[in-house]
Amino acid sequence: MSDAPERDVRFRGGGYEVRPRRFVPWLVFGMLLLLWHVATTRGWVSAIALPTPKSVILAFGEMIDAGTLQKHLWESARRIALGWALGTLAGLAVGLSMGIFSIARAGFLPLVSALFPIPKIALLPLFILWFGIGESSKVATIAFGVFFPTVIAAYAACDSVPRNLIRMAQSFGLPARHIVWKVVVPGAMPGILAGFRITASIALILVVAAEMIGAEFGIGAYILATGNLMQTDHLLAGVAILSVFGLLVSWLLSAIEKSVLRWR
Amino acid sequence: MDIHIEGVSHRYDGLHVLDNIDLAISEGETVVLVGPSGCGKSTLLGIVGGLLKPTSGRVVTMGKPRADSLNPFTYVFQDFALLPWRTVQANVSLPLEHHRLPSREHAMRVDEALGLTGLRDFAAALPKQLSGGMRQRVGIARALVVRPSVLLLDEPLSALDAQTRELLMEDLLAIWARERGTRLYVTHNLDEAARLADRVVVLSRRPGRIREVVEIAEPVAKRSSETITRLRDRLWELIRSEAREAEREVQHV
Repeated sequence: MSDAPERDVRFRGGGYEVRPRRFVPWLVFGMLLLLWHVATTRGWVSAIALPTPKSVILAFGEMIDAGTLQKHLWESARRIALGWALGTLAGLAVGLSMGIFSIARAGFLPLVSALFPIPKIALLPLFILWFGIGESSKVATIAFGVFFPTVIAAYAACDSVPRNLIRMAQSFGLPARHIVWKVVVPGAMPGILAGFRITASIALILVVAAEMIGAEFGIGAYILATGNLMQTDHLLAGVAILSVFGLLVSWLLSAIEKSVLRWR
Repeated sequence: MDIHIEGVSHRYDGLHVLDNIDLAISEGETVVLVGPSGCGKSTLLGIVGGLLKPTSGRVVTMGKPRADSLNPFTYVFQDFALLPWRTVQANVSLPLEHHRLPSREHAMRVDEALGLTGLRDFAAALPKQLSGGMRQRVGIARALVVRPSVLLLDEPLSALDAQTRELLMEDLLAIWARERGTRLYVTHNLDEAARLADRVVVLSRRPGRIREVVEIAEPVAKRSSETITRLRDRLWELIRSEAREAEREVQHV
């Protein structure tokens, strides 16, 4: 060994590992609120275009006091739940069939590929003609919008189930229905649940759009009405409700994933 | 139950994989198939197990499967093929579930298979919590639970490290000493062949033909390390030139 001075080997690893920084989101959120507050109270932005955070919170309080929040939220949640459930059930039935049976895939795939890219809100006028201006046309729009992504998620999820697991089940002589329920469906569950995240956000977009076209109650109707009256504080309170609603749905789906996909 | 493979050939879309294989395997025998990469060892196993239809030829059985067998031809897979959402116990139980056995017999069979493979303490574990060796033990337990007449093992130890492979070879020999049955075992590892086989069938490179059948007089339980080394060297001599050709072929493709 030489007499040269010893030196530690320089650390060059780490690979840009992602580390939790719990305070950062709150800091960013707080700074944005502060910027918003300063910009609106100092008159950098017109109060009509962007009300102060405080006035939005007050508008939110007024909605609760007047009982309109509950009414609008209930109407929107009811439409989403019904439309999402119908679209999801039908989508899972068709998607799983396409994933399992070659004849179902051959029959439905061209149809699904052709109809999937249509913006579903464009069909609302047709649904109004078919089902009337009431609830059915809004629920049908949501169900239709949820149906196609569910079909695609379900059959792609079936495809992602390792074939060796199916071959293993066949090698033990498991009947087809056991292979479907004990191997294919549980194996496809991660993909199906990932699809639920997408369809939940699609349902939220479609309920707002449908309510803006023809509804008395619902968060979409409320946002449109307050916008027409230039009540931007109430409008932003409605938008904030949508954001919280989306976060709650996301939290619920995460909890379901955590429970159903414990094995991952 | 004897197995007779009669004139079996197989093609995948024009690729000639197996050519006119004739082989008879007697009840209670352990036959190991070795050969260069791509020679059709696993294809032949798939055909014997009924998972692949041969292009020509047939596989017939003579004699009755054991009376308590629920799945006479049973596979052990190279990649374990465990259901990751099921516990060890539930994975082992899977092949029994459609047979509607009395619950006592069902539980007894599962417990016996877990015991034979040293998995009783891991019954509640998920596959992700186990090492590769333990996962393959689950694959073996799942095969034993149906009490097969013929065990078809498709490179069962090839995904494991050398030490685990040694341990599992010892375990397999111990299990086979207790559990009667016929075994057809595919491997590219000549040491496994020399240690576990009653007879080694050497296939030529693609299209696989039977090049030589090496009979081993010494029973597996009493086989000395000298015999194993000599056997391994002999098998390597039989395969070496073809393995090199097969490797070049794969690179060329």
